[in-house]
Amino acid sequence: MSAHNRPLSPHLQVYKPQLTSILSISHRATGIALAVGTLLLVWWLLAAAAGPEAFATAQGFLGSWFGLLILFGFSYALMYHLCNGIRHLFWDAGYGFELETAYNSGWMTVGASVVLTIIAWIIAAAS
Amino acid sequence: MAENSMRSTSMRSTLGRVRHLGSAKEGVHHWWMQRLTALALVPLVLWFVISVASMAGMDHAAASAWIASPAVAITLVLLITATFYHAQLGIQVVIEDYIHNEGLKLAILVMVKFASIILAVAAIFAVLKIAFGG
Repeated sequence: MSAHNRPLSPHLQVYKPQLTSILSISHRATGIALAVGTLLLVWWLLAAAAGPEAFATAQGFLGSWFGLLILFGFSYALMYHLCNGIRHLFWDAGYGFELETAYNSGWMTVGASVVLTIIAWIIAAAS
Repeated sequence: MAENSMRSTSMRSTLGRVRHLGSAKEGVHHWWMQRLTALALVPLVLWFVISVASMAGMDHAAASAWIASPAVAITLVLLITATFYHAQLGIQVVIEDYIHNEGLKLAILVMVKFASIILAVAAIFAVLKIAFGG
């Protein structure tokens, strides 16, 4: 059988979306977004190294409504990837594969990532 | 004769044995380094987020003083190293999953690896420049 005629598994869209599958693809999506977001970290550090003017420009952008929007998305993506990453590390160690546990840890990931993001912004607002 | 029967039970093909093909015992290196950097990034990321949040809107003098303190500079370099190591491993898997044109895949992989190293070195240089007195 030629490679082109081999049977394929059904395309993803025939499956009903579930918490577990949504969290799985979100882990990958946030990972890609965070990789792009590292550009912001590098820019911020280089600006600090370049001097007060460059740093003021960077801080000015990050403090604008658009900058804050990016930072908010950045912080949530980071906290989500961190929490779900810990969930993955438990799986790697051999724990949490039962269906009910996988759903519970999934909801815990959603909850913890929201709470951690809010805490970070409360700290930022209070400083 | 005993040696022969032992050899005949090997799962490796004769050609593979002649060409020294087979496991180089490094099959899990990518997987392992991704987990190792993930583990390191848990405390590093939490520390960084809390630190910059508690100094939101800081001016250049405050930022420089913070980055220049030895403990912070060292931790930042560790954060940058683990971040880019982890990121390029993750992006590599995504590229290998979704890009099926071999030439394009190779080109993008090389680009991502080089970009990660350039960005990491630039970020570490910035930290060290501030730490060693700009």
